[in-house]
Amino acid sequence: MKWVNFRASMDGCRKDTVFCRIVGTVQGAVATCRPVKRSLSERQVATAPCTVPAYAAGAQSPVDKPLGERLYLTHCAFCHGQIGEGGRGPTLARPKLIHAPDDEALKVVIRGGIPSGGMPGTRLVDAELRELAEHVRKLGRVQPAVLAGDPKHGAEIYRTKGDCAACHTLSGNGGAFGPDLTGVGASRSPQHLRESLLDPAADFPRGFAFIRAVSRDGRTLTGVRVNEDTFSIQFRAAAGKLHSLWKAELREYQKDLAKSPMPSYREKLTPGELDDLVAYLASLQEAK
Amino acid sequence: MKLFALLLALLVASVAQAQVPYERIRQADREPENWLTYSGNYSSHRYSQLKQIDRTNVSRLKVAWMYQIRGRQHFETTPLVFDGVMYITDPPSDVTALDLRTGRPLWHYRRSIPQGVPACCGQVNRGVAALGDQIFVNTIDAHLVALDARTGRVRWDVEVADWKLAYTMTAAPLAIKDKIIVGIAGAEYGVRGFLDAYDTKTGRRLWRFWTVPGPGEPGNETWSGDSWKQGGATTWVTGSYDPELNLLYWGTGNPGPDYDGSVRLGDNLYSDCVIALDADTGRLKWHFQFTPHDVNDMDSNQIPVLLDANWKGTPRKLMLFANRNAFYYILDRVTGEFLHASQFTRQNWAKGIDARGRPIPNPESAPSEKGALAYPDDDGTANWFSPSYSPRTNLFYQNVREKGGVFFKVSVEFQPGRLYLGAVKRDITTEEPFGTLRALRPLTGELAWKFDMQSPPWCGLLSTAGDLVFSGTMEGDFFALDTTSGKLLWRFQTGGEVWSNPITYQFEGRQYVSIAAGSSLIVFSIG
Repeated sequence: MKWVNFRASMDGCRKDTVFCRIVGTVQGAVATCRPVKRSLSERQVATAPCTVPAYAAGAQSPVDKPLGERLYLTHCAFCHGQIGEGGRGPTLARPKLIHAPDDEALKVVIRGGIPSGGMPGTRLVDAELRELAEHVRKLGRVQPAVLAGDPKHGAEIYRTKGDCAACHTLSGNGGAFGPDLTGVGASRSPQHLRESLLDPAADFPRGFAFIRAVSRDGRTLTGVRVNEDTFSIQFRAAAGKLHSLWKAELREYQKDLAKSPMPSYREKLTPGELDDLVAYLASLQEAK
Repeated sequence: MKLFALLLALLVASVAQAQVPYERIRQADREPENWLTYSGNYSSHRYSQLKQIDRTNVSRLKVAWMYQIRGRQHFETTPLVFDGVMYITDPPSDVTALDLRTGRPLWHYRRSIPQGVPACCGQVNRGVAALGDQIFVNTIDAHLVALDARTGRVRWDVEVADWKLAYTMTAAPLAIKDKIIVGIAGAEYGVRGFLDAYDTKTGRRLWRFWTVPGPGEPGNETWSGDSWKQGGATTWVTGSYDPELNLLYWGTGNPGPDYDGSVRLGDNLYSDCVIALDADTGRLKWHFQFTPHDVNDMDSNQIPVLLDANWKGTPRKLMLFANRNAFYYILDRVTGEFLHASQFTRQNWAKGIDARGRPIPNPESAPSEKGALAYPDDDGTANWFSPSYSPRTNLFYQNVREKGGVFFKVSVEFQPGRLYLGAVKRDITTEEPFGTLRALRPLTGELAWKFDMQSPPWCGLLSTAGDLVFSGTMEGDFFALDTTSGKLLWRFQTGGEVWSNPITYQFEGRQYVSIAAGSSLIVFSIG
């Protein structure tokens, strides 16, 4: 048995899991992972398997399927789910797609991606784009799953018990420390939202890093990276202040790609409240 | 007397018209104020003897002028500079002549590109060639065009290959003697690669070397069945030339399909090779294959750097080659004999290189249904961006992409004009890829120093007699390091990705350094 560093393809696995092994293949693949806390040595590893949703594990392309579906399974299903149910990417099982109101726009999105949203482009030619776009349109006929929670009550949890607005913005109101959640229901599936509430480190926005910098005069500054180049770093502290520093002027500089500043809501909310909050977030379909 | 007058008239005419005769390019080192060919000289050193800008004053380097292009694709040009004019290409396949004094355009050649030309990695262009009184450009729709250097008017335009079969051209041509040598791209689409020579006067094709041998030709037996027909092995980065040996040296790309070796059993010659061709006939003199039976997209489309040096007590004509596959090679360029290979950065595709230069592959890095972790990823450690060799420091400088990927095998079938790959890649999201600028000792491959960069670079290098090496980053920094220590001496935030090669030239007594960044061509001098 060989354990390989496989976190890259393991969206369903905790991010503090370092060694994973995939059992089985494409459909219904299961990964056995050994979670590792960064502070622990490899010997102290606690063993706890985690399963990976089928869409996360493989990139399949069965020859007996029509070209459009094959292309979908190869290029799209990893983030959007096998039948467009969504994942770290939005559900495509909706009659109208936000970034692609018509087929031409859909082809442009598939070709060029949505860089600001973390979606990569493809290198498909026109004929392939056409067939793939057609398949994606078919997914829109799938009925979306009905969620258990009460979105109205979820909105109240968001404001009060959850204190989400301290770090997140909705339609212009709230903190800028965490990602803006305006329209998050359109860009993340309910399962992904739930997982992020329970285990914030399970998945990160593209380019996420938690920064710790010590200035020459001994001040320690921490925050979430806004941007970085070879010579400088910009990051936002929890209180909202934006720091911009030259690396050459720092005494210490660390970045952590696996640590989320967001607390887990596993203990903070009852299962019912969690359902309500997920239903509320999932209802946030566009800016209001 | 009549004869003398005639000769004089001929001489005057030739000076007025033949701006860049072959002899001038062959001896490019004698006029460091100009940049006459893609890689600076035929040995591809990208080193300049100019030293007005040096360690002591580089901190005062300022923008002299800028020129902005209209294209939205990557601006990958290496300008040519001579006789008061700079010639750049801007994507997809346009050419602009710029006045060196003011930065103002003198003429444009704008090409209409048909809809739907498939280019895996952008409709880009890396520069022109100059010969005589003409400027030559390869186009994304696979034509070679000769332009009047004075006006930009088309002298002739020939189809090199059919873009509908996914043949495209992105490299700068190479001008030698009376010929223009051009390479082709398209190995992500199952094309069959070649290298061509054209007559500068007429545009007539003089020879073609197929980089995938046909039936009956030596090397065809390294392809199972009919797989050679989609063999790839394209020639999409400009090569080097040794005038004394009259040999062209050119890197070749991946076999097709990129990631699925099961449909093309064998070594797949001449993919992932450097080939040495007789410049007059296009006949193969020798080849060396870096990555036989490649399944990781290890295109060997890097720049062969030619160096005459003392190898273990004997003066020899050498070739230095920092390959995309993470190994640094030294070959004898007369015979192709393998002399040395050493790993210059992280890789897991090979367990090592044997005494004959053949890698021992690691099957675990081959794309699989479960996903295979591979270092480097399919952009390689080195790529098209140029290295630089400084005779002054005797160091070989190379920008390196430090990045892996996870490769999932998917089914593949060939259809003309469509991608022919066999795997999809996913990024490793839990580690940040980065870049390094590495200074290697040319005869051992040992690391002299390195400079870390935030992201894997797409920028080539320039070293100068001012003891400076110039490079750029994906975050828009253009910078100069000390060639001997790697210490940072100067930097400038250009505001756009640096996706090109820097050059330097001198005009009216002042040295300039230029770089394409974002959609700007930026020229610097000491203010």
